[in-house]
Amino acid sequence: MKANPPPATHALAEAAGRTPPPSAASPHVPWRRTPEGRAMLLGVSMFSPAVIYILALIGVPFVLAFVYAFSDVKVGSISYHWVGLENFRSILQSPSFRKALANSFIFTIVSQILVIVGSTILAFPLKDKFRGRGFVRFLILLPWVAPISLGAIGWKWILDSLYSVINWVLVAMHLFKPYSAPMWLGEPTLAMASVILVQTWRLLPFSTVIILAGLTAIPKEIPEAAEVDGAGFWRKLFQIDLPMMLPIINVAVLFGIIFTFTDMTVVYVLTAGGPYDSTQVLPSLAFFTGVLGGDLSQGAAISLFLVPILVAVTYFMLRMAHKSEVV
Amino acid sequence: MAVVETRNLTKVFKEGDVGAVNNVNLQTREGEFLVFLGPSGSGKTTLLRMIAGLERPTGGEILIGGHVVNHLTPRERRIAMVFQSYALYPHLSVYNNIAFPLKAQRVKKELHRQKVEWAAELLGIKHLLDRKPRELSGGERQRVALARAIVRQPTVFLLDEPLSNLDAKLRASARDELESFHKRIGTTTIYVTHDQVEAMAMGDRVMVLHQGHVRQIGTPREVYDKPADTFVATFLGSPPMNLLENGEFVVGFRPEHLLPIELVPNPAITFRLRVRNTEYLGAEWILYGVIAGGKFDGRSLVSRLGSASSFIPDEAYEFGIREQDLHYFDRQTEKRAEAKAMAWQ
Amino acid sequence: MESGAAHTVRYQIARWVVVVVFAVLLAFPFYWMLITTFKQTADLYTLENNPFVFNLPPTLNHLRLLFGQTRYLVWVGNTALVGVIVVGITLLLALPAAYALTRLTGKWGQSLGIGIFLTYLVPPTLLFIPLSRVVALLGLQDTIWSVVLVYPSFTIPFSIWLLMGFFKSIPRELEDAAMVDGLSRLGAFVKLVVPISISGILTVVIFTFTLVTQEFVYALTFISTESSQMLSVGVPTFLVRGDVYYWGSLMAACLIASIPVAILYNLFLDRFIAGFTVGAIK
Repeated sequence: MKANPPPATHALAEAAGRTPPPSAASPHVPWRRTPEGRAMLLGVSMFSPAVIYILALIGVPFVLAFVYAFSDVKVGSISYHWVGLENFRSILQSPSFRKALANSFIFTIVSQILVIVGSTILAFPLKDKFRGRGFVRFLILLPWVAPISLGAIGWKWILDSLYSVINWVLVAMHLFKPYSAPMWLGEPTLAMASVILVQTWRLLPFSTVIILAGLTAIPKEIPEAAEVDGAGFWRKLFQIDLPMMLPIINVAVLFGIIFTFTDMTVVYVLTAGGPYDSTQVLPSLAFFTGVLGGDLSQGAAISLFLVPILVAVTYFMLRMAHKSEVV
Repeated sequence: MAVVETRNLTKVFKEGDVGAVNNVNLQTREGEFLVFLGPSGSGKTTLLRMIAGLERPTGGEILIGGHVVNHLTPRERRIAMVFQSYALYPHLSVYNNIAFPLKAQRVKKELHRQKVEWAAELLGIKHLLDRKPRELSGGERQRVALARAIVRQPTVFLLDEPLSNLDAKLRASARDELESFHKRIGTTTIYVTHDQVEAMAMGDRVMVLHQGHVRQIGTPREVYDKPADTFVATFLGSPPMNLLENGEFVVGFRPEHLLPIELVPNPAITFRLRVRNTEYLGAEWILYGVIAGGKFDGRSLVSRLGSASSFIPDEAYEFGIREQDLHYFDRQTEKRAEAKAMAWQ
Repeated sequence: MESGAAHTVRYQIARWVVVVVFAVLLAFPFYWMLITTFKQTADLYTLENNPFVFNLPPTLNHLRLLFGQTRYLVWVGNTALVGVIVVGITLLLALPAAYALTRLTGKWGQSLGIGIFLTYLVPPTLLFIPLSRVVALLGLQDTIWSVVLVYPSFTIPFSIWLLMGFFKSIPRELEDAAMVDGLSRLGAFVKLVVPISISGILTVVIFTFTLVTQEFVYALTFISTESSQMLSVGVPTFLVRGDVYYWGSLMAACLIASIPVAILYNLFLDRFIAGFTVGAIK
């Protein structure tokens, strides 16, 4: 029989150069000196810096956003005055706010539908290895990897009112007369469509990667069993593959909602909210009001309307995480 | 007419590589339980998957019910398969898992309930119909997989190592259930395993595969008592057969036939064995010895004895083997050969 | 998937069509950036010309303009510097935190880890107004230090989450063996776990750097001086004179900024997915 290796506690203590402490059951040793206690203290000291940083730079501003929203603070304000719900009252009456709120929902919902459908369709062929898959993947990821503002500027050139390459093609195909092709960023409905298009374009790669991960996680034998059982292509897709991918599709949707609803970059670069507020969304309105306009309290109040969506999404994500633990 | 037949079936995965399956010819017998037995990499699973239609053969033909099916997809072959992981659909209830093949084959909706309940009854899982697979134990999942397989009343069952995911204790009872299931249904079954105990216990016939080649097909008795080559001889039986090279032959004898001289009335060969190690297993002893003296001095042999014996380590004892327990194999081809007189000292 | 269906010609064609269509649609703007970069201005602004071909010979003028007469390189430098410093801060804080949460804190460590990840979801467009005030109070307004301070607030949670996934895949027994051999817990972390996780750490470095280069809102809010600006804000803002967009140089700027990051990102994507799925499954 081999000798038992020395217990880890003794080894630790010997390494530290002290005699082994009495067993944990002894009443004379404070918990912070026991191996479990020391490990816990080490752990706390290891994650504290990160937690403190996060609390300081996210927690505190988060609270401040509420504090400002209930005040009349502007850039250059010296003192703080509580004004209760005044800010909320005024922005709820403002037509540009109401438009921005509606736009935010339209922007998010339409783009998310397009993203999910598109990335699900794209994930399937990418699952199997094929020649050139690496290069294709590089191309597909470009919109997500490139800085958002730069991709948006690229699109601004493509959608330019005079020189749009899309319009050139449309004119060349005789679908439009020269100079009468659509003003992609100049007409309200088209501008909204363009903004949605660019956001969809940007998010598609990210969503595809997530859904592809979900797709490859399906054990190979299950679609095979479905085939042996007699399922054809469509039945396998809708009754086996997609239902099994539902949890991860949910994850992709939730991330997409957050990234879209709280994004201001695409709108800011493409249209700056125009024409006539037709593409203004909540975050961009908050920016124009609070940062460019200097009205910090109104800006904060506007951006607080993002919170309900965040809370809802967080709730659903946590619920899903909890459900998958059970499995 | 054989239910399943293969002719010169071959599968090569990468050009230039050695074949995973080479020129396999087999014909199942009506209602039999045929076992594909072999170590990993022997091609047994590839062979099964080709019969199912999940792998494309490189050469040869597969026939089911007398028709060549090479070009048919799995769903067109109307076979049933139980996978190693059971492959139950995790998002469907047990009832819907079993009903799935019926839906896929467009069986009339009114018949679903009746057939599902019949299959569930047969496997004793009627009480589980509303559960989800993740709520079931390993043994219960196997039964659901079997119910799903049988609900279509296929002409052949294919089973891919269904017991290997169960823990040892469960395996014995699951094996027993599979055997009674087969007796009740009587459908031709092909069963893949690497476990020779399972193969011997369950098979009507055993097909031993090694590196893609069929080494022997026969009843358990045939492959055990008359192995066709040294691979089959050493693969079946635990501990494996003792093998000694003598001239142009390799001679083999099983551990249970290498016994102390007192127990062997007319030994064809005797050895003086020095005991190196003994293992007491309760019902029997395993004795590891080294031959002392003579032509084979220093070679190791294994013997298997009843628990009444007792041996002292490092002591030497006389052991013998009867003529009829000797197996002769050609040293070059490794194949079974005729008995021959030869010198042993 | 080797069964019959996957190999029908029809399926393979459909697959190719889908892949090609999406790849073209997604990559087209970058191709367009490439072409625009080298086309002469006269060619670009003549409506009758076919935009897909070079009607006049290609030119390097836009590039010359970009590098010579704009602050593009300054922005690149700023972004690189900020990136390096932020990566450093992030690793310093996130590595020990991720380790502690994976190994040292048991059940509630997991919850804390999830909590930290959730802070990643708090958007800059909610925090930027209060933070602009904080930044002004600290006197960091209009300097790169404003973003050096604020960026770790989202790179740290993201990195912790990613690192937790990598650390979880290292068997506990390795550290236990090291401790039995005489290392302290901290020593085991520094001398054993960190070296083993180098590829995971490298992945975190690349992704953190990518997050820095992509960020827009904070840089736009805190910095207004051209010489202190970051790449992603400088390009759409300062490469425009009044109402005139210098498209040639603009597109050059975008392309040059996007491609190297994309290459690095692709190299590490598989490792990222591995870390991400391990974390999700376990």
